[in-house]
This record gives sequence, C-alpha cells and structure tokens, in this order.
Amino acid sequence: MAATQESSGAQPEKKGFLGWLNKRLPVDEFVKTQLTGYYAPKNFNIWYFFGSLALLVLVMQLVTGIFLTMFYKPGELTSFDSVEYIMREVDSGWLIRYLHSTGASAFFIVVYLHMFRALLYGSYKPPRELLWIFGMLVYLALMAEAFMGYVLPWGNMSFWGAQVIVNLFGTIPAIGPPLVEWIRGDYGIADATLNRFFALHVVAIPLGLLLLVVLHLVALRQTGSNNPDGVEIKKNLGPNGHPVDGIPFHPYYTVKDIFGVGVFFILFTIIVFFVPTFGGLFLEGPNFDPANPMSTPEHIAPVWYFTPYYAILRAVPDQRMGALLMGLSVVLFLFLPWLDRSPVKSMRYRGPISRVMLGLFVVSFISLGYLGLEPPSGLYTVLARVFAVIYFAFFLGMPFYSRASFDRTKPVPDRVVFNAH
Amino acid sequence: MRTNKKARALGRFLVVAVVECVLVTGVAAFAGTVHAAEEEKGGGLGSDWATSRANTDVDNKASLQRGARNFANYCLGCHSLKYERWSRMAKDLEIPEDLLQKDIMPPGDKPAQYVLTSMPATDAEAWFGKAPPDLSLIARSRGTNYIYQIFTTYYVDPTRPTGANNLRLPAIAMPAVLSELEGLKRPVYKNVETRGPDGKVSTEQVFDHFEMIAPGRLSTAEYEAFVRDTVNFLDYVGEPTQSARRSLGIWVVLFLLVFTWLAWLMKKEFWKDVH
Repeated sequence: MAATQESSGAQPEKKGFLGWLNKRLPVDEFVKTQLTGYYAPKNFNIWYFFGSLALLVLVMQLVTGIFLTMFYKPGELTSFDSVEYIMREVDSGWLIRYLHSTGASAFFIVVYLHMFRALLYGSYKPPRELLWIFGMLVYLALMAEAFMGYVLPWGNMSFWGAQVIVNLFGTIPAIGPPLVEWIRGDYGIADATLNRFFALHVVAIPLGLLLLVVLHLVALRQTGSNNPDGVEIKKNLGPNGHPVDGIPFHPYYTVKDIFGVGVFFILFTIIVFFVPTFGGLFLEGPNFDPANPMSTPEHIAPVWYFTPYYAILRAVPDQRMGALLMGLSVVLFLFLPWLDRSPVKSMRYRGPISRVMLGLFVVSFISLGYLGLEPPSGLYTVLARVFAVIYFAFFLGMPFYSRASFDRTKPVPDRVVFNAH
Repeated sequence: MRTNKKARALGRFLVVAVVECVLVTGVAAFAGTVHAAEEEKGGGLGSDWATSRANTDVDNKASLQRGARNFANYCLGCHSLKYERWSRMAKDLEIPEDLLQKDIMPPGDKPAQYVLTSMPATDAEAWFGKAPPDLSLIARSRGTNYIYQIFTTYYVDPTRPTGANNLRLPAIAMPAVLSELEGLKRPVYKNVETRGPDGKVSTEQVFDHFEMIAPGRLSTAEYEAFVRDTVNFLDYVGEPTQSARRSLGIWVVLFLLVFTWLAWLMKKEFWKDVH
C-alpha cells in the first residue's frame, strides 16, 4: 500500500520487530526523552545516590512482599504461626522475610538521607515545589505502609503499637472515639483490624505509592534535577540545545547508580545475613511473643523510624496537644518551599545561620529518635522538650532567619563547580 | 563426596573435642583462681548473676546435641517447641535417626511431628496457675542471657508453693526442676544502709551471694555447662536457619564486593569523557 511506504523524512525508520513495535508503542521516544536525552547536572555528589536507591528498595519490597503473601495468612489465629512457618519451613522463606523486614528500615534510612539532601541543597525551592510535595506524599504513604506492615506479624509489639497509634486518632475532638472504632472495625485491635490492615498494606497503599512515585518522577523530568550548587543548568544551553553542565542520565548516571547499588547492597546484606534484628531496632524482641491483649510489654515504642515524632508526642504533657504537635511536625515539611525565603538554594552559598539551623535540626531529629526509643524519665523528657523546640524553631523561624537581609549569602556562580576525576 | 563429608565432620568433631578439652581444663583452672580472688573481694556463688552471660555458640553441634538431650529429659515434660519438627532437629543437629528415636523422641511420636509436650494445657493451668509457655521463640523474645540467668538463680524459698524462688524472675511459677543436678541454694543477704529523701537512714537487705546447702549431682561448672548447652539449643530452635544464614551471607557479600568493584571500574571508564 502506498500510504504505509511514505517515509516521515528526517529520521531513518527502524526495520523488523523494533520498527513494528515503535509504530505501536513509543519505546525509543521514551528512552530518548527519559534516559539518553534527559540531561542531569554533572556535579552530583554522594547525596544523589539515594533517590535511585529508594526506587530500588521499593521494587525489592514489592517483589519480596508478593512472595510473602503466598504464605502469610492474615487472621488473629493464623498470622503469627504463618510468619514462623515462613521463617522455618518455606524454602528460603527466612531470606524473603528478612529482606522485607530489613528493607522496611532501609527504605526509611534511604528516604531520610534523600530528604536531607533536599534540605541541604534547597531542592524544594521554586520551581520544584510540586516535586517536593509529591515526595512528601510518598513519605506519608510510606509511613502508613510501614505502620500497617508492622502490625501483620501479630506479635505483642505489633498489637500494642497498633493500639497506641490508632488511639491517637481518638484525640481528635468530637469525632475521635467513633473514628477510632471505624478504623479498627471493632471495639479493640482485633481480627477485623488485622485483615483490613493487610488489605491496605498489600493493595491500596502500594498502588497509591506507585502512582505518587510516578508523579514524583514526572515532575522531576519537567523541572530537571537540582544540584549541589543550586544552579539551574537549563540557563546555560550549548549550541546543541543541551545544558552545557548537563550529561545524559543514561549512560552516565545509570553506571554511577549501579555502583551505588553495589555499595548499598553490601551494607544491606551484611545486616540481612549477620544481624537481621539489628540489636532489636529492626525486629524487636517482644514481637517474637504472639499478640496478647492481657499482657502489655514493659515498654512500648514504635520502630526507630517513627521515634522522633513519638518523642515529640510524649514531650507534651497534654495528650491532645501532643498528638496535634506530632501531626504538625510531619506536615511542616510540606510547607518548606514557602517557609524558606532565601534567594539562594544551596547551603554552599548560604550564610552561617541557615547552616547552624540545619545542623541543629539534624541533631534534634536524631536525638528525638533516640529519646523516643527509651522509656520516658525526668531528664529525658526535659531533653525531648528542648529538642522539640529546636525542631519547630527550624521550620517556624525559617521565614525570618533565611532572609538574605538577616543571613548574608555568598554569590552563586553561573556554572556548576565540577572537578573531573 | 559422602565419605569426604563424613571425614570432614569427623575432623571437625575431633578439633572441637580437643579444643573443648583444652578449654574446659583451662577455664576450670582459670575459674578456680578467679573464684578464689572473688571470695577475697566479698563476691561468691551467683553474686554476679545479673551480668552473667550465656556465652553460647550455635555453630557448636556437640553442644546443641547435648542441649536437645537435656531438653527432652528435663523440659519436654511440660514445654513444647510447637514450630520445630523432630526430623528437622535431627537433620540440623546431625543426630542419626535411630539415635533420635531411641534416645531423644518420646515413644509414640513420629519424626515428622512437631515437638509437643504430652501434658494437657488445662491440667497444667490447674497445677501451676498458668500453662508453661511454648519455648520455640523464647531465646528470640527474651534473649539467651535471660534464660541462663533464670537457671542459675533458683533458690530455696519455703514461702513459695513450689518451695523455690528465682532472682531473675521473682515469684516464678515454675518449680526448680534442675535442683537434682544443681543442688539446693540459699541466698545470703547483706545489710545496706540507704539515706532516704527525708534524711532518715534505713537498712535494707540486699542479695549478696548464694550458699550451697545441699550439693546436686553436678559440680557448679558442670551444671553451668549443662545450662549453657540447653540455652544454646533453645537459641537454635528460635531460628533454626541461623547457621545457614551466616554461611550463605559470606558468599553473598563476597560476590557483591567483586560486583561493586567491577561497577566502579565501569563507572570510571564511562566518566572519562565528562569534563
């Protein structure tokens, strides 16, 4: 037929299967626009490994999760036994389970480092506000995913942890108590709660998570990556129309990320194979006792990745106020693009006050994380209050201390700083 | 291959046996001197119970085998290991099936069955006030030191229904089932003066050390080794795959080291043209 033989002109058309495929599916176009033709700044440093690592851990959690659901049986009479069945009698079941349980903690480590990178180099600032917000929504979905996953083994800490966290919703005025009952599906944490958490953990939240990750990546492709200097590389285009300080994502950053994956997996597998409980931080001792509503563990604490917020909750004498401040401490991240008034993105060119505030914030986040793991005591409660104040001062003081009139900035170069090695 | 494996197992056994003999005599001699020194400082049997450690080695097959025997003889009457099959235990601990059936498994049980006590739970509750817990995961939930400390701090206490009490778990419901081996101990207290917030000085009785009032069939060192083997076995039961996990892990990490080195070389090669 004449019509099909007409060539579109400039581009030589592929023949054979790939030609057939590309007429029906934009494979080459996708690779070109998203990988080989996507230009990323060439001065990425170690902090830029954690985005691709987060994607890697997400895929690993999905794959190991699929295998776990083949043997896991939700239900208050079957959950605990089926997890032990996986650990003991399913071929390599212990490996799949440890990959999944260690993967949960690894996910948060990687995501926290990824978020710190954004704070360090101002990656949330215009034009990347939506990119940041999608990222934060991924983080919120991840928190829900991790919390519900933690309940599924139905150990005693699963049970009592769920009890504490779900009851937080009870502090909401007026609708609190019926809301808690609606979440649990029963008058206490029970079989109905466990089964709905299973449904949410394996279907609903992962779907939302995947959608948000896609939006996060699409938004990234739209604005392009920030970099350690906070310079917009799109402002300096070369004669070929590409940024002079940019290099194609593939192959340069794919090969670099493969190296990052190797280093990550070395550390990750050392934990999986040699210290899978990580001294009770990744898998807690009391969770090897089955859920028992009649026996409260001596000391209830969430898993380490929630403990900074848990410490803030406990630092406030009033429970309702504590729950409110805890919620606020998570939500405040969303407003960073508008709280930050600095004309400069990267900490490299900001003044000493911004740097000291970021340092204090990191110290208080880690300290709160430690305090949240420990039983409350006089000194620890005082410390938690001090660090909580610093935590909020970092966010709420930002509109004032980040101004150039207050915190003197350094001149930002036109081009990125890059030393070839 | 098979004979090779057997030879290696035998070799390992011989090495372990020789090392154990040397260690046991060495440790015993050392413990003797330490003990003597401690007596002078005012320490004594059990004075360090709260910091004593199980020091088990889950790769020590001989110790695990003795632990399995101890469990079958002294624990299985009341406690189950409901997630562990006899056959799995025999395979992991390299216990020949005929030995397993003759010496360890209760008559009537089949190797594929789980390790279950024959004591009915309802009776147990009536007799002890609470059914003895399943011990499959006790080493994971409480840790090995906790179990070790329980079995080294039983003492005679006529006020308890079982006649025995425990420092690690006060008012323990379980009777001192190993007293036949360990002997009977009596706590010796010392008076400690404390000044309260109101400035008043009060005298408190604090545990100092144990005194043996009737020796058991085993010496203190032998008894501690007995407990250690049993705790080691419970550690194995808590996670039967742990030895396999560690030995596989070495190969995985070695592979990843090579992989990462190659990935680094590839990255360097590609990045040569970035200026």
